[in-house]
Amino acid sequence: MARNVDALYIFLLIVTGMMTLLVFSFLLYFAARYRHRPGVRAEQIEGSTPLEITWSTIPFLVFMVIFAWGALVYFKERTPPADATEVYVVAKQWMWKLEHAEGQREINELHVPVGRDVKLIMTSQDVIHSFYIPAFRMKQDVLPGRYTVEWFRATKPGVYHLFCAEYCGTQHSGMVGDIVVQEPAQYEAWMNGGSTGPLSATGEKIFAELGCVTCHRGDAQGRGPNLQGVFGKPVQLEDGRTVTADENYLRECILDPGAKRVKGFQPIMPTFQGLVTEEQVNALVAYIKSIAPAKPGEAARTSASSARPAAANVQNVQDVLNKGSQVQ
Amino acid sequence: MEIAIPQPLERENYLNKKYGVWSWLLTTDHKRIALLYLISITFFFFIGGFFALLIRLELLTPAGDLVQADTYNKLFTMHGMVMIFFFLIPSIPAVLGNFLVPMMIGAKDLAFPRINLLSWYLYIIGGVMMLHCMLTGGVDTGWTFYAPFSTNFSNTKVVEAGLAIFIAGFSSILTGLNFVVTIHRMRAPGMTWSRLPLFIWAHYATSIIQLLGTPVLAVTIVMVAAERTLHLGIFDPKLGGDPILFQHLFWFYSHPAVYIMILPSMGVITEIIACFSRKRIFGYSFVAFSSIAIAVFGFLVWAHHMFVAGTSVYAALVFSLLSYAVAVPSAIKVFNWTATLYKGSIHYDAPMLYAFGFLGLFTIGGLTGLFLAALGIDVHVTDTYFVVAHFHYIMVGGAVMGYLGGMHFWWPKISGRLYPEGWARLAALIVFIGFNLTFFPQFLLGYMGMPRRYYDYSHMPEFQVLNVLSTAGATVLGVGYLLPMVYFLWSMRYGKPAPDNPWNAAGLEWMTSSPPTTFNFEEEPVVTWEAYNYEELDAPRTEEVPIAQ
Amino acid sequence: MPNSTLVGLHHEEQNRPELLHHFADPEQQRDASSLGMWVFLATEVMFFGGLFCAYLIYRHWYFGDFAAASKSINMALGATNTAVLICSSLTVVLAVWAAQTARRTLLLISLAATMLLGATFLGIKGIEYRDKFVEHHLPGASFSFDHEEIPGHPGQYASPAHAQIFFSLYFVMTGLHALHMIIGLGIFLWLLLMAWKGRFTSEYNTPIEIGGLYWHFVDIVWIYLFPLLYLIDRHK
Repeated sequence: MARNVDALYIFLLIVTGMMTLLVFSFLLYFAARYRHRPGVRAEQIEGSTPLEITWSTIPFLVFMVIFAWGALVYFKERTPPADATEVYVVAKQWMWKLEHAEGQREINELHVPVGRDVKLIMTSQDVIHSFYIPAFRMKQDVLPGRYTVEWFRATKPGVYHLFCAEYCGTQHSGMVGDIVVQEPAQYEAWMNGGSTGPLSATGEKIFAELGCVTCHRGDAQGRGPNLQGVFGKPVQLEDGRTVTADENYLRECILDPGAKRVKGFQPIMPTFQGLVTEEQVNALVAYIKSIAPAKPGEAARTSASSARPAAANVQNVQDVLNKGSQVQ
Repeated sequence: MEIAIPQPLERENYLNKKYGVWSWLLTTDHKRIALLYLISITFFFFIGGFFALLIRLELLTPAGDLVQADTYNKLFTMHGMVMIFFFLIPSIPAVLGNFLVPMMIGAKDLAFPRINLLSWYLYIIGGVMMLHCMLTGGVDTGWTFYAPFSTNFSNTKVVEAGLAIFIAGFSSILTGLNFVVTIHRMRAPGMTWSRLPLFIWAHYATSIIQLLGTPVLAVTIVMVAAERTLHLGIFDPKLGGDPILFQHLFWFYSHPAVYIMILPSMGVITEIIACFSRKRIFGYSFVAFSSIAIAVFGFLVWAHHMFVAGTSVYAALVFSLLSYAVAVPSAIKVFNWTATLYKGSIHYDAPMLYAFGFLGLFTIGGLTGLFLAALGIDVHVTDTYFVVAHFHYIMVGGAVMGYLGGMHFWWPKISGRLYPEGWARLAALIVFIGFNLTFFPQFLLGYMGMPRRYYDYSHMPEFQVLNVLSTAGATVLGVGYLLPMVYFLWSMRYGKPAPDNPWNAAGLEWMTSSPPTTFNFEEEPVVTWEAYNYEELDAPRTEEVPIAQ
Repeated sequence: MPNSTLVGLHHEEQNRPELLHHFADPEQQRDASSLGMWVFLATEVMFFGGLFCAYLIYRHWYFGDFAAASKSINMALGATNTAVLICSSLTVVLAVWAAQTARRTLLLISLAATMLLGATFLGIKGIEYRDKFVEHHLPGASFSFDHEEIPGHPGQYASPAHAQIFFSLYFVMTGLHALHMIIGLGIFLWLLLMAWKGRFTSEYNTPIEIGGLYWHFVDIVWIYLFPLLYLIDRHK
């Protein structure tokens, strides 16, 4: 990703460099050549429409090329791959709190394995911040009240700067950290260094503790919609609109249930605003994302209780974690 | 340059017509009001400059060791607010515009002289409020005062600063109103639109922006003040509000505002280049309409300040495209200015040196705008020193250079005195060098990743070298700015008396005395010639007095 | 150099003391004043425009809540105020016509009537504001909007937070409008005094004309405010 940005940057340096050279050469040449000489008068030239059209059109076309290239790069930057590893980020004055889907918590540091797509799902507890990794040429504002998303794939192990890039008060300059990119084996070792279990498992616990499961059952008889497999699907609302059940929608339903009520259900869900922290909302969202619909005759499975063949690493980690917790 | 015989200074003019403080404070003469503004904005320029100096001193070392974090945050906030609202926005329109617009179109005064004086008083009231705010604690939200930090979290005097800007905004609106009505209704007979100096076209376009954009900022400030004092929830997500709405409303004014700051400067440069090349501007209609195009398109690109704010990808695409469109008229101007030099007869007096400086720095600043409009690059460099460098190249390298060039060009007319040419050329050179040394390293810092508004970069000591270069440049720049203040003041007492038209320049303002009388023209001029009639002005002298003298 | 133009000007000024020195003739002065007021009104459109923009966005997002909040403000009083303002625009037009046709009595009566109607508007507005205060619909610490049904959706209740946004915008928008009314009253008081002193003739009545323009503008803003704020889903 950074390479693409740099390529565009170099292209721009060349184009603007050439334009600068062109303009400056003419300026300096004319300034010298047409210096006032006694007895020589200026020649009054009204203008030249063909020239005006030419030097308007050519730059415009060049600009369009730059626009298109920039737009392509941007589009890729803002479209995270579907199977990216997720990390939840909560920004607050003046620190970054991160939680991996597997459960590891970090403050002002983010460990990632090299070569893996990582998607950051971010929100703020207070004011607007911005998650900026110069080395990856990536930046995204982090807003209170909703999620914003950013993704990257680190290509070289190392430690890279993390900055807050949206002024947020007294210690704005102190809201810095490190992105630690590790070889896969090192990353595994780091991950095994203790966690509280996958984020979705935490979410499952909260889901039960807060009583969500009483209305949101795994069948169609609940007083609330069945949430299995709902993530990413279109949802029909009471007022006729259809929205996609993304992270922001799930979060909104927890904190402001009346805003986008699902069609066919009564408006009886209470709001949990003030009763859950941002981290707990993140855990709930992670849980809901993980529950797949039940096959006939089976109970619904969650990522915490089932094996996911595609994520072999995660399964190994689960075994190790389970063993680890038994030992302790 | 031919210099006519200077007139004795005892002739009555707008400066010596009446003496006494009240004759100034209650004047309705547009020229005196221009000087009132000149004194006020120079005062605020040095205040803003002082804050800049402190900022650059702090950034000499990676650690935050000169001032505390909160103090630094107030410094950059107030540097921005003072420089933008109390220096740049008024500068050329309120000083040179007020002085010259009536004269250039052959009028005795602006359409509404008393409203002109009211404009100045509003500016002063706003300025005094701002001073009071700064002296009693200051404000630390950044000049952009984003919600929810400004509405719910900052403990500083946000409402007071906002009110100061609100009041100063009305000064800006009324100046724009005066110019638009004056240009429409008070042109002398024969002064058709196509005979207007391009300085007037530029100020007309600027006035349109001031009129239509500033009220949106005003109402945004009202909403922020209301939210802060009454705990409403318009921008507070916890109450269902949206902080992004603030950004849209804010930038809807603040982007066109940058065109308020640069268009007048472009008008000045056009006049200077024509005069010191002794030629009509190449492509008059294109330059005139490009000013209008910039004003119109300038209203359509505001969200290019919000590419990483969390707006939709499609909105970003539209605004990026439009931002490239708005770059075209500026490019057209640069090419036309350059083409004007072709087959000209170029003189290198100080105003022309400032014009050359403008051409170089504005070109660089404008081209770096292309980087920022490219979505893929903006994600990396927005909110870094790259943006800081870009806008300083335009606003300081562009607008301030134009302002200084214009002050030198019209100083003989304004004061009746000549400034010392040698010192003026030296100052232009010092400003040019100091400016580049200050701000070019910041492009590099930005691409390397140094964020804006950081007072402590001890985690990134690799940024220090470029910061030191930048601070060194700032001290040079400061000297460059002090020089004109000193020698302009000196010239008011000891400068050579100026002839009516020391540059033999075209334009109705040069047909008045230096300094002009209170009502500018003894008789209303009747215009029968095109603008920039340098052919006639430079025609070999015969026994008769040439027509346009 | 002979100053025939200047001498001529003094002659003009003696005949027409209201001709300001920097204008060439009364037509230019009138044109300039008129254009000036139109341009100023354009800035006022932009000023209110920012608020209307915010209002429209939130109304789109929280339509139901806004409908519930709208139901709680007094439509009868709002409609009365609309009628009051429309009548006041009529009296303004009468005043301008009276000035143009040198009907001094009618001019004075029309100006006074306009002011009376304007004051009535403000009085009714004051009653509305007091009602809102009593019902705890003033945004802030004591705001409460519980158990208000969304029109057309029985059993569904409006979100107090979103309703508070409605009321925030309601007070800021109508408050700003009321401020402009008060300024308008001040302007018309001055016009009344000048008319009383006989300053206006059929040739010189520009202040009445441009004062009238300002009043019409304030009226038009209300014509937009009333349906947007008071009439959301009233048929439900």
